[in-house]
Amino acid sequence: MKPNAIIITGYGINCEEETAKCFELSGANSKIVHINDLIENPKQLNEFQIMAFPGGFSYGDDMGSGNALANKIRNNINDEMLTFANEDKLIIGICNGCQIVANLGLAPAINQKYGERQVALMHNATARYECRWVYTKNTSQKCIWTRNIDALYVPIAHGEGNFYMPEETLKQLQENDQIAFRYTKPDGSPANQEFPHNPNGAMDDIAGIYDESGRIFAFMPHPERFNAFTNMEGWQLEKEKLLREGKELPKEGAGMQIFKNAVNYFSQN
Amino acid sequence: MAHRIEIFTEVNDTKSQTLKKRLESLGYNVEKVRVVEVYTIGKELTPEQINKVAHMLANPISQSYKIDTAANEDFDHAIEIGFLPGVTDNVGSTAKESTEDLLKIKFQGQEAVHTSKLIFIKGDVDATEISKNLANDLIQRIHIKTKTDFERDGGMDTIIPIVQLESEQKVDEVNLNISEEDLLKLGKEGIPNADGTRRGPLALEKDYLHAIKSYYEKEGRNPTDIELESLAQTWSEHCKHTIFAAQIDENPEGLYKGFIKKATQEVRKAKGKDDFCVSVFSDNSGGIVFDENWVITDKAETHNSPSALDPFGGAITGIVGVNRDCVGFGKGAKPIINKYGFCVGNPQNETPLFRDKEKNTPALTPKRILEGVVDGVNAGGNESGIPTPQGFVYFDDSYKGKPLVFVGTVGLIPREINGKPSWEKQAKAGDKIVVVGGRVGQDGIHGATFSSEALTTGSPATAVQIGDPITQKKLSDAIVKEARDLELYNSITDCGAGGISCSVAEMAKECGGCDVELDKVPTKYPNLEPWQIWISESQERMTLAVPPEKLTAFIELMNKRGVEASVIGEFTDSGRCVVNFNNEKIMDLEMDFLHDGLPKKELKTQYNKPELQEPTFEEPQNLTETLHKMLERPNITSFEFISRQYDHIVQGTAVLGPLHGKGRVNSNASVTKPFIETNRGIICSQGINATYSQIDTYDMAASAIDTAIRNAIAIGGNLDHLALMDNFCWCSSNDPQRLGELKSAAQACYNYAVAYGTPYISGKDSMFNDFQGFDNDSNPIKISALPTLLVSSISVTKDITKTISMDTKFANDLVYILGETKDELGGSEYFGMHNEIGKRVPKVNAQKAISLYRAFMEAADKRLIASSISITHGGLAVALAKKAIAGQMGMNIDLSNAPQENMRKDHLLFSETQSRFIVTVAPTNKSQFEEIFKDQQFALIGTTTEDQKFIIKDTLETDIPTLEKRYKSTFKNY
Repeated sequence: MKPNAIIITGYGINCEEETAKCFELSGANSKIVHINDLIENPKQLNEFQIMAFPGGFSYGDDMGSGNALANKIRNNINDEMLTFANEDKLIIGICNGCQIVANLGLAPAINQKYGERQVALMHNATARYECRWVYTKNTSQKCIWTRNIDALYVPIAHGEGNFYMPEETLKQLQENDQIAFRYTKPDGSPANQEFPHNPNGAMDDIAGIYDESGRIFAFMPHPERFNAFTNMEGWQLEKEKLLREGKELPKEGAGMQIFKNAVNYFSQN
Repeated sequence: MAHRIEIFTEVNDTKSQTLKKRLESLGYNVEKVRVVEVYTIGKELTPEQINKVAHMLANPISQSYKIDTAANEDFDHAIEIGFLPGVTDNVGSTAKESTEDLLKIKFQGQEAVHTSKLIFIKGDVDATEISKNLANDLIQRIHIKTKTDFERDGGMDTIIPIVQLESEQKVDEVNLNISEEDLLKLGKEGIPNADGTRRGPLALEKDYLHAIKSYYEKEGRNPTDIELESLAQTWSEHCKHTIFAAQIDENPEGLYKGFIKKATQEVRKAKGKDDFCVSVFSDNSGGIVFDENWVITDKAETHNSPSALDPFGGAITGIVGVNRDCVGFGKGAKPIINKYGFCVGNPQNETPLFRDKEKNTPALTPKRILEGVVDGVNAGGNESGIPTPQGFVYFDDSYKGKPLVFVGTVGLIPREINGKPSWEKQAKAGDKIVVVGGRVGQDGIHGATFSSEALTTGSPATAVQIGDPITQKKLSDAIVKEARDLELYNSITDCGAGGISCSVAEMAKECGGCDVELDKVPTKYPNLEPWQIWISESQERMTLAVPPEKLTAFIELMNKRGVEASVIGEFTDSGRCVVNFNNEKIMDLEMDFLHDGLPKKELKTQYNKPELQEPTFEEPQNLTETLHKMLERPNITSFEFISRQYDHIVQGTAVLGPLHGKGRVNSNASVTKPFIETNRGIICSQGINATYSQIDTYDMAASAIDTAIRNAIAIGGNLDHLALMDNFCWCSSNDPQRLGELKSAAQACYNYAVAYGTPYISGKDSMFNDFQGFDNDSNPIKISALPTLLVSSISVTKDITKTISMDTKFANDLVYILGETKDELGGSEYFGMHNEIGKRVPKVNAQKAISLYRAFMEAADKRLIASSISITHGGLAVALAKKAIAGQMGMNIDLSNAPQENMRKDHLLFSETQSRFIVTVAPTNKSQFEEIFKDQQFALIGTTTEDQKFIIKDTLETDIPTLEKRYKSTFKNY
């Protein structure tokens, strides 16, 4: 089946258009829905198989990034959201969306405690908003969103991307295989929290986590900003290399695989 | 009764750590610093409710909280910094909204949530002095307690900063039958209050006052205060550009019509069917064709005066303000690129300056201004979700008193919306006047008239505004992504300088009048005077003309999107601008007089060129070290610390951003691809050469134009589809000499735009960038900004895969210089390093440049160029070094056959002759490349190398790590 993706927007979310476009180019129908329209008519969630919380600055990061919008959802459509999370459906939170998903407790939701906040995204160790490309490595076996990806060179752009949790939680995430991507050095070795390879100081170099089922993915980097080959930092060098080898330039960016994985989950099942 | 919730970060407390480091860098010996977030809830809540709120505000994983209880900390000083009453508190507003949503209650009247920061410091330090470094007392309040006081009082005090205005909201008549002296005083200092104080500058000059006086003599009455304030706003230099509109010497058309606009008209005519202009000069932004379906818009603004007083607030309101110029283009364009440019004093310059003789009000240091404006554009751009791939910093001590803060926005709009041209709009009589967005307060009163004057002690503090990007983001999305395509309004414009007095009156020109109910305008707090409501520049507002039959749909949509929308009157065809307050008519002016009643100025100019000499210093022995030092010059060095904190990739459209190559060198042009599916792209670049105006403003302007165009060409721009914008920032523009310099620069703008075939599509001028104050010995001092022209270019490329980055790509590639180098170091960075100005300023030969640029475009189109850089500040040697650092590979250069006039080695290395490039070419492309350039002045000057050596034969020898280290040293701790 061709899945329907709902892309949440409003109150300063700002990556909804490119996120919707990436789902469409990957074979989904996508619809951008304002959070107030969803609150007014939460039943419409039944029409969708995929939900995306895009990046942005919901409520200007006031009261902690992602917190105010998560509260709005919790205060108004908590049950509907938890129902969606419990069904055989997919949810992705990207950057600010990752912070929203974490604050809503949709991931990691250890012991299937959907709705319980278990991790925090804290200020970058540099104490500054960072916009740069980073190397990440997929370390997960069961996350649906990250299938067919080994390493991903991908941009980040955030001020609060520092995954923090109590040691015990971290241990559980490691044991449960709930860490999807970790920051690495360019050679693929662990970043070991070294800036700029790990751009925010995240524990265990975590860039993304997911729930126990592998359906709900909270990811700080921006795969939708790597939709085309020419988005990639350093594409000019790659271009020149390919031209000299007499090869064609690729069109698509590697970030698209994440969206394709979600669509394939439904179209191939 | 109010409640105080204090939130403590228990792990990874980066805010406290950063502040501690900052205090240490300022020389304070602090043992411990802890920053606590404070929310003061100005509403009675039950203990259960307040607990719920605290639980919502604090993150249970990383934070703890205390309610109405003093913190138990180890400290010597407690400093609390909050906002002054009436200053926008964005976090407070969000917390209020979330609290209402959580508890399902409503805050009434002025009940609100207020935020502040409580800082506990342990250490033997002067807390008062520290607090001055942390707060800006124009917008913030400071409370300090010692440990003893804190314990005695049971913590900090619970303070609710609300505005209480003692006002009867009445309208005063202003008597114009007064002495000439009093009349002039009225114009300069403003309308007198009953207690003898004045309301702030009207900036109305003598002949303006006389025109107003005779109008009211004809009407048989005196003006009301609101009428006079309204005229002052509308006739301000800021709004009417009176200097650019004035007759200048024998030229009755003036600078704008006679030079800038004329250039555009002639270029468009010459281009004929290839004319790509869509809407120029007539709207909030200029618009050009992108492709058969889309138009792109561009606009650059300055926000200099507010940024001098509050750099953060000035810059953030600047960037979100220019975003509104985009949303206000035609029926509403979507902002897709932000640009910036900061001209500030040298950050090492710490010599104090004061606004008053008594030295009570120090001016901010260049370093603090720089940090503030960088943060302001960060917050404004990042929070709005608009990429910022393009910008520059430029340092000169002439900007020390008043910085120049340039902000620009490119927009995207379909050519047709529901079958109608998107750039056309017209308010109709009977349409409702609707204001959307933020509420009105005392902030930003007299901004327009204030920026039309030099900065002095009398500069109004109310001119300071704080931005609220999220309020604007909601408004911008609701308009551009929804209401526009539903055709819910007939016209729209930005509400900027002069507030609704300008936006409503301006839009009323489209139909011929308006009738405003001023008491319907939503305010932040009660009892604002009517004239204040009318001219306040409170941010994040736009004005629309909504037909009555669409009003309900429009208002409902806005409400659903969390955007406040209010009907404040009706557009008419009465020929009059009428304003009522509580059913009483308080303003009734002829539209013609309001807009065109101002007497046209006649300006006389003279331009005595300075007597200058070339410097006599000897050629340095060690040119290697000279190059290293050049790379540390603030106008040449890396400003990556800004580039990487500005999101330049949001919207997924990035192609070439602010940093190039593995070595991350700052670029002076950017490439953006607005649609995922196609390879058509937008190239933006900027050019600024202000130091040249010390020698000749004509050449300064010519160089800025050539630089902007050349920077675009170097990255793959298209001269046939390239438009320009002019931003003049002048000083003392009532001085005939300064006006002479201005006229000469405008003449260059005309000559070169016509020669290059590049039309101006929008522009802006700021004419009084002067600081008048006192030095440390209380001696009067005037600091005037260098006459500065920023030229921005926007061009369209059919295929972004043919754009070219600056980094060298492969070893053994051929390095070429394109263009001849002349002995032109006047005003150069190199002479600047020797504290010299010189005499031989770069001259631009447009015909030669065009021929070279066309050859360049042909080679780029054939993919023959592997890397490319435009030679700008610092000349040839700096450009070579930047390329090598970006590519992280060596270079072996021999300049002996580089096309040049005979000159010293150091002059050849650092001359700033315009219209030159350095490129690298794959050896296999050699003959094809050289064939294209056979009629140009160019030379093969070396190769790239596997090693890390950087050698210019018989001149200098260094290596890439050293070059990179020096290039990145100046701002490494920023």
